[in-house]
Amino acid sequence: MASKSLKARQNSLVLDNKQLKILEGGVFENGELPYFKDKIAQIGQFPLRPKKLEILQINVGYMCNQVCEHCHVDAGPDRKEIMTRETMEQCLEVIRNTAAHTLDLTGGAPEMNPNFRWFVEEAAKAGVNDFIVRSNLTIIRANKKYYDLPEFFKKYNIHVISSMPHYTRGKTDKQRGEGVFDKSIKALRELNAVGYGMPDSPLRLDLVYNPSGAFLPGDQSALERDFKKALMEDFEIRFHNLFAITNLPIARFLDYLMASGNYEDYMYSLVEAYNPSAVENVMCTNTISVSWDGWLYDCDFNQMLGLKVASKIKHIKDYNEEMLTERNIIVSQHCYGCTAGAGSSCQGAVT
Amino acid sequence: MADSYYDPADLRKFGNITEWSEELGNKFFDYYGKVFEEGALSAREKSLIALAVAHVVKCPYCIDAYTKDGLQKGITKEEMMEAVHAGAAIESGATLVHGVQMMNKYNKLSM
Repeated sequence: MASKSLKARQNSLVLDNKQLKILEGGVFENGELPYFKDKIAQIGQFPLRPKKLEILQINVGYMCNQVCEHCHVDAGPDRKEIMTRETMEQCLEVIRNTAAHTLDLTGGAPEMNPNFRWFVEEAAKAGVNDFIVRSNLTIIRANKKYYDLPEFFKKYNIHVISSMPHYTRGKTDKQRGEGVFDKSIKALRELNAVGYGMPDSPLRLDLVYNPSGAFLPGDQSALERDFKKALMEDFEIRFHNLFAITNLPIARFLDYLMASGNYEDYMYSLVEAYNPSAVENVMCTNTISVSWDGWLYDCDFNQMLGLKVASKIKHIKDYNEEMLTERNIIVSQHCYGCTAGAGSSCQGAVT
Repeated sequence: MADSYYDPADLRKFGNITEWSEELGNKFFDYYGKVFEEGALSAREKSLIALAVAHVVKCPYCIDAYTKDGLQKGITKEEMMEAVHAGAAIESGATLVHGVQMMNKYNKLSM
């Protein structure tokens, strides 16, 4: 298990942004597999266009207490990219005026941003309908200063979405690091204890499942049933929904696919599982992603590939929702990850 | 033409069998797809049965396919290995139960 980010390891995949070259080349360049744009052109969806903005997703920094093997952000303790208070002020201005009904904070571990709590308090004042924080669970147990996070989340009616690769210790720790499973279970219990995830509770607690390897997620509802049964029987843990999210071939997951000799097979699996009806609702059509330094992207994945929005408006300080809606969404072969099977988004399946 | 049997890349081409016999190919894949849908048995249970049978019929393509399918369905490696043992037990049992025939014959021929 790696303990440093690819960036800290000076890995050329992320340093020189070789990722796009890989995604554009190989089996796609030689015609074995079709380019994503050609595939969606067959159903009249190219260029892919945004619909009404519903979700504003803000990445408040790449620092994280974990170094997960599949992380498309390449997050870790050594990442220093952290959103400043000044950029947060610019985001707040947008949050107060946006037509989006959902605010989605992600990272890294968003809680590690020194201004996280202030930002949540200010954003909550804007009256967001659904205020999501993507918490990795272990952060709650990482340090005393985070122990009260469940209470803090509750105070601001935060919708907590947490990663849980499997309901068994072995699979979870292999993907996320030694001890992650036990800490996650403890954190889930604490969230349950303050009312999160209980049936009929307005305090929403959803789990995210990522496959721990070079395979696609199975049926979301069947996985949810298995997770609920196992977590209840073994640990008396409750949660609301499970989101099955496909790993996209970006950063550490791409590095893993290449190093393990699984890249081509994985791309074949994604293309074979292409579902045209998932294209309609891919998340980039209703989401704007903001990076720690305020740049705007079609999604968190394009953010990690350095693909800023194809619009005159490229930064949160110049934000203009109407102009952004007129842009074309930038696609490449990683996009097959969001259209495979039942589709995949930060909110799980899309069909 | 590959110079050995069982090229893993051939599994991706399974669907091509339809090209030389469209009607039968389509009927087979329709049937195949239907078999593995959720029914009185869950898709998860059927995947484990398929994995066990894959070992018994010693089909490397099927072993690759149903190991991956099991991972996708969240099936653990312990469950997978138990399924393989269930298949192996039936297969060895099928051999051993013929021992009764051997015993019957032996007894019949012996004074």
